[in-house]
Amino acid sequence: MPTPPPSTEAVSVSSLLLEVEALKMHFPVHGGILHRQVGAVRAVDGVSLTIGEAETFGLVGESGCGKSTLGKAIARLLKPTAGNIRFKGHDITKLSQSRLRPLRQDFQMVFQDPAESLDPRMSVGELIAEPLLVQKIGTRTEREEKVLQLLDRVGLPRRAAERFSFEFSGGQRQRIGIARALAVNPDLVILDEPVSALDVSVQSQVINLMIELQRDFQLSYLFIAHDLAVVKHVSDRIGVMYLGKLVEVGPADEIYHHPRHAYTRALLAAIPVADPKHRHKRDPLVGEIPSPIHPPDGCAFGHRVSHPRWQESVGMDLSLKECAPAHYVMPCPCCTEGGSG
Amino acid sequence: MLDPLLQIRNLTTGFQTESGLVCAVDSISFDLDAGKTLGIVGESGCGKTVASMSIVDLLPKPAGQIWEGSIEFHGKELAKATEQTLRSVRGNEIGVIFQEPMAALNPVHRIGKQIVEALQLHRNLTTRDALARAVELLDAVGIPVPERRITEYPHQLSGGMRQRVMIAIALCCEPDLLIADEPTTALDVTVQAQILNLISKMQDDLGMAVLLITHDLGVIAEQCDEVVVMYAGRIVERAPVHSLFASPRHAYTMGLLASIPKLTNPRKSLLTTIPGQVASIYEFVPGCRFCQRMERSGPTLEKRPPYLEITPGHWIEQCPECTT
Repeated sequence: MPTPPPSTEAVSVSSLLLEVEALKMHFPVHGGILHRQVGAVRAVDGVSLTIGEAETFGLVGESGCGKSTLGKAIARLLKPTAGNIRFKGHDITKLSQSRLRPLRQDFQMVFQDPAESLDPRMSVGELIAEPLLVQKIGTRTEREEKVLQLLDRVGLPRRAAERFSFEFSGGQRQRIGIARALAVNPDLVILDEPVSALDVSVQSQVINLMIELQRDFQLSYLFIAHDLAVVKHVSDRIGVMYLGKLVEVGPADEIYHHPRHAYTRALLAAIPVADPKHRHKRDPLVGEIPSPIHPPDGCAFGHRVSHPRWQESVGMDLSLKECAPAHYVMPCPCCTEGGSG
Repeated sequence: MLDPLLQIRNLTTGFQTESGLVCAVDSISFDLDAGKTLGIVGESGCGKTVASMSIVDLLPKPAGQIWEGSIEFHGKELAKATEQTLRSVRGNEIGVIFQEPMAALNPVHRIGKQIVEALQLHRNLTTRDALARAVELLDAVGIPVPERRITEYPHQLSGGMRQRVMIAIALCCEPDLLIADEPTTALDVTVQAQILNLISKMQDDLGMAVLLITHDLGVIAEQCDEVVVMYAGRIVERAPVHSLFASPRHAYTMGLLASIPKLTNPRKSLLTTIPGQVASIYEFVPGCRFCQRMERSGPTLEKRPPYLEITPGHWIEQCPECTT
C-alpha cells in the first residue's frame, strides 16, 4: 500500500467554481459516397474534473490527447456531445450562445498563439475594450480608463493602446491576450498553452504575471500545456490526459513525487533536465498516441506499450479511483501499481 | 592535435532587406571536433539558425549572403565555395535536418522516392539498390514496416515519424557532420526523447559530429559536449557543457539558466526573469547588446567587448558589466 501524501496537499473542495462531469466531445467522421457518418473522433471521452476558487488546475498530455478540445468545450466554444458542465452552480452544458453571453463575463480564454487570436485590424485599446463592449459594460470613457488600468496591470506601456498587436513581440502580445481576458473581471481563465510559443526568458515573465494576477484577483485557472515543468510550477492540482481520458489527477507535488500511472511516469521521465550532471539514460516510450477514431479497448496506454497484462483491462471499469487523499488514478491492472486491487 | 572537423572564424552573415542591410550573424568563431556534439542555444532571432545554415549555404537567396569569415570543413573552405562544391558536400558529407519536417519533405513525392533521390545524387546506385537501401535506412531510424512506408506520402505519417524520415535522408550518405536545427521543437516530450536517442545512436554508429541548434537548455544539457550561447547575432559564451552549467560567466547565460522553471522550485514562486526584450535587429548597438537589453548606458554600448578564452575551452564576450 503506498504511503498517503502529507495532509497539507489535500485540496479543499468546499468552494467549487467549475464542475465537469463525464464530459464527451465527439466529432463525426463522414465517409462513403453518401457522406454518411461512419465514425467519430472521440477527442474527449468521459472527463470529470473540478476547479475550486483561486485554484489552478493544470492539464497535461501529448498533442492529440484532447486537452485543447476539453478546454474549448469547457469554455463552451464547442457544444459537448454528452456530460455536464456546471459553472458557479449553473448548468452551462446546453445553453445557447445568446443565453451564455451574460455568463461569459465570468469565464474567459487565452490562446496559445496571440498572433492568430488577436484581430490585426483592431488597435490594442479596441482589442482590450471589445469584451467590455460585448458585455455592454461602462461608458466609452469608463472603458478607455479600464483599458489603461489593464495595460498598467499586465506591464505594457499606456501608449500601446493606440498601436496594433502585430507591432509587439510574442511576449507582449500574450500580455495583450491576458489583458483582454481580464477586462470583464472573470473568475475562471482557461489558458490554452499560453507560454508555449514564447522564449524562456519571456516565458518566465508571463508566468510570473499569471501568478501575480491570480494572487491579486483570486482567479482560478485551467492551465493547459505540454511542458510539465511549467505546469507543475503554476498548478495546485494536475490532470494527466491520454487519448481523451484523464488517467491520473492529483495535487501537483503528489503527481510529481508519487506518480501512480505508467503514462504519468513516462511523461515525467521524458523531460530533459537542464543539468548535465544528472544526464540519465533515457528509456523513451515506444510508439505514439493511437487514433482517437478507433481507440483500443481497455487501457489505451497499456495497449500502446503492449503491456503483458493489458488484456485484463479490457471490459474493466476504468473510471478514476482514489489511491491517496485527493489523488485519483485509472485503476488498470497494467499501468497502475496495485491498480486492480 | 588533430585539426577540428569544422572550424568557423569570424563568420558574418547578413541580409539585404527593404529597410537596408542587416547583419544577423556578427563575426562568430567556434570549432567542432569529429564525433562530438556542439549545441547552439539562444532565443528566437539570435542568429543560431542563420549561423548553422551559413555552413551549407542554405540561406534564402539572394537576400542572405556570407559577408565575411571562413568556414573550414575537412580542410575545405566552404564560405567561398562554388555551388558545385557545396552540392557535393550537402547531403553527402554534411546532413541537415530541420525543425518542421512537413515543410522540408516534398508533399507530392513518396517517402521512398525522396530517399532514393538523395542517395542517387551522391552515390552511383541503381534505383532498385537505392530503394533497398532506403528500406534499410527507415528500419535503422525505427520506422515500423519500412517496405510499406516507402510507398507512402509525408502527410500519412505522424510528426515523429516524419522527423525520422528526415533523419534517414540526412544520414543516407553517412555524413561526418549532422546539422540538426531544432529537430525536436515541434514534438512532444515523449517523442523528443525517442528522436534524441536516435540521433545519439546514429552518432555512435557513424562516428559523426552533430551541430545541434535548440532553444531548450534541457536538450543541451542532455546531448552536448560543448555549448555556444548566442545573443543578438553574437556568441556571448562558449564552454564545455559541464562548465557552462556549473559556472556560467555571462549574465545572459545566467539569466537563461535561472529563468527555466525547475521541478524543484516551490510552486507558484516567482521565477527569475531577464528584464526587457531583445532589441530589433535594426537597432543593434556596436557594443555589448546585452547591456542594450538591460538599458545600461555608457561606454559598453560603444565598442564590441573582446571574445576571450578565460579558462581552457571557456570563452566569453568579456563586457565589464555583463561578465564575472
